Amino acid sequence: MRKRSIVLAGGLLGLAAASPASAFMAYVSNEKDNTVSVVDTTTMQVVKTIKTGQRPRGITISHDGKFVYLCASDDDTIEIIDTATSEIVGSLPSGPDPELFVLSPDGKTLYVANEDDNLVTVIDIESKGVVTEIPVGVEPEGMGISPDGKTMVNTSETTNMAHFIDTSTHEIVNNVLVDSRPRFVEFTPDGKQAWVSAEIGGTVSVIDNASREVVHKITFEIAGLRAESIQPVGIRITADGKKAYVALGPANRVAVVNAETFEVEKYILVGQRVWQLAFTPDQKQIISTNGVSNDITFIDVATDEPVQSVTVGSLPWGVVVSPK
Amino acid sequence: MKSSVPTTLAISFGLFFASVNVAPLLAQEAAPQTKPGAAPAAKPAGKPAKEAVEIKIGYLRAYEPTLALSVLDVPPRDEGVAGATVGIADNNTTGSFMGQKFTLDVTEVKFDADVTAIFDEMVAKGERYVLTDISAPQLLSIADKARDAGILLFNVGNTDDSLREEDCRINVFHTAPTRSMLADGLAQYLVWKQWPKWALITGSHDRDKLFAAALRRAAERFGGQIVGEKEFTDTGTAKQTDSGVVQIQKQMPVFTQDLPEHDVLLVADESEVFGSYLPFRNWVPRPVAGTAGMIPSAWHPASEQWGGAQIQNRFEKASGRRMQSKDMNAWTASRIIGEAATRTQGADPAKIEEFIRADGFSVAAFRGQKVTFRKWNWQLRQPIFLGDGRGVITTSPQEGFLHQVSELDTLGVDQPETKCVLK
Repeated sequence: MRKRSIVLAGGLLGLAAASPASAFMAYVSNEKDNTVSVVDTTTMQVVKTIKTGQRPRGITISHDGKFVYLCASDDDTIEIIDTATSEIVGSLPSGPDPELFVLSPDGKTLYVANEDDNLVTVIDIESKGVVTEIPVGVEPEGMGISPDGKTMVNTSETTNMAHFIDTSTHEIVNNVLVDSRPRFVEFTPDGKQAWVSAEIGGTVSVIDNASREVVHKITFEIAGLRAESIQPVGIRITADGKKAYVALGPANRVAVVNAETFEVEKYILVGQRVWQLAFTPDQKQIISTNGVSNDITFIDVATDEPVQSVTVGSLPWGVVVSPK
Repeated sequence: MKSSVPTTLAISFGLFFASVNVAPLLAQEAAPQTKPGAAPAAKPAGKPAKEAVEIKIGYLRAYEPTLALSVLDVPPRDEGVAGATVGIADNNTTGSFMGQKFTLDVTEVKFDADVTAIFDEMVAKGERYVLTDISAPQLLSIADKARDAGILLFNVGNTDDSLREEDCRINVFHTAPTRSMLADGLAQYLVWKQWPKWALITGSHDRDKLFAAALRRAAERFGGQIVGEKEFTDTGTAKQTDSGVVQIQKQMPVFTQDLPEHDVLLVADESEVFGSYLPFRNWVPRPVAGTAGMIPSAWHPASEQWGGAQIQNRFEKASGRRMQSKDMNAWTASRIIGEAATRTQGADPAKIEEFIRADGFSVAAFRGQKVTFRKWNWQLRQPIFLGDGRGVITTSPQEGFLHQVSELDTLGVDQPETKCVLK
């Protein structure tokens, strides 16, 4: 207890020095202990722990911030958490073993990767109904959507492809081969590129959204670390499109990439086995989930320095921050 | 358990193509883009855009029903084959996007059968890739013939070090680990635990002695000490009898009574004559490891880390049982062929072979890192799982066992020591 209060005081001091962000809530899914930790991004303190279904992983939030959607993978369902009460208020029919999903820009449709069935399930949020299922490659995982909502991209981890899907027809229009075990897709804010991480391949493929071809492959090199331990997963790109953050798994670091030149500018040491990332809405901070060290790390986006690590639940997996 | 293995497993798919864009290998015109809203591009029921090319994979297996000391350890009827089947299904899902169809043709022979004629038949059927689960003499009887016919063999079931050393062949790839890799994986953990004094009991059959030799070698490499040894002679007793347990409970303590003081009791009994009787029955309370107790293996039916839950679920759904090591070896071999076919975008055996042999070739196989081949003898580098009957205890290489090329090369015979001259 004593130790924790000292750590917290340090965090508060650190924050006092920086310009204080307004209070956002970060929601962290803890895969092992079936909870979501709610973290105040100003005080950097866990304010609440929500009991969830089995094996919570992918997590996102409605654009108005009222509902958190959570993949309860081993319960084969998506749980809806009311952010006002922190209660689970409903569920969506996800299909088996949902792991990751993406919300359409209009907030009406959820696209879910079903790892066990080689399917992407399209869910209408209002009616809570399945619109359709789209057959994709083996072990679908990463899900991204273009800012205009017209193109959704799913990655399949054993097929090693990024499947570009037309959201008006729900049909695959292009398949782009990438490196081994593609985990995550992130569009640039201008919608011109889709960035796809390959966990085992150790790369990020930058795919041109017009030609649907890989135009650049980002590689990572860290002195003293074997190439095999560098396993890119989560990607986030700043709203101005200038900087990208890539979580490097067991390399325990987040890479900062110049999104215009594709040069890696920095490696930020966070916690162990870093998988997912989320910006605060003001983009002053980015938060990493560090699974093996059971914590999250706040990174200052202006300086790219780690500010504070906060212990959450067991094996933190995903993170999303409320828009207000 | 399945009552029979289908001799031909042609998994046919409704083919659904969309363009596959790969820069710069494939020009745009080779992959006509479907305009959004135009003709269906991804409907399984849709018309195939073109005829898929077929990639035929054979599976040659020596099989006879075998017993085990515990009925829980009796090998499944389709051990290995079921892994290849799931690998082929995975390849076909990807193949549906690539215009490739993979088929699996399983051929079974008896343990000591002559396999040369049956192998000729497989070749005649057009199989360019053959997964093998056969003895070393059987494998060597077809290896050179296969090489001359341009056929790649993937050893998924044989752990003999000799097949990667003095009897290595240029066209034989090994996804099964060797006995020395298994023994090294076990020894590293025991040394890490600081349990360095080992007593060893070996069975009287050749393969038991080979595993014992691998354990002795591992002791020397990693600083273990074999303080005493005994042989347990197989007198041809039945595996399990109604009142056998009563006798075993008295026999095993007495048999292990005169061993010198040790930390761990190692057992080398691949033949399943006595090894599984040792845990909890040995004279002094010491853990048992080797072919019983804590067992090193290529895979574990309960491994869920590194995305393993996904392959385990897929495998269980397809085969109705948990995935064993041999299944994983066969899945990996199928995926190696599939990965090379995907990346070379066709069925040209020369290109596929060139791709597998190229620097930097790797596949993702739920082992936490890419798995690659040792180019000096075409053995797959891989971590070794250590588990008991219930779960995974750890995986080796253990922390601190370093290597200048790959820590996985701390397991088994390394390049400077190899006797392999590829031919």
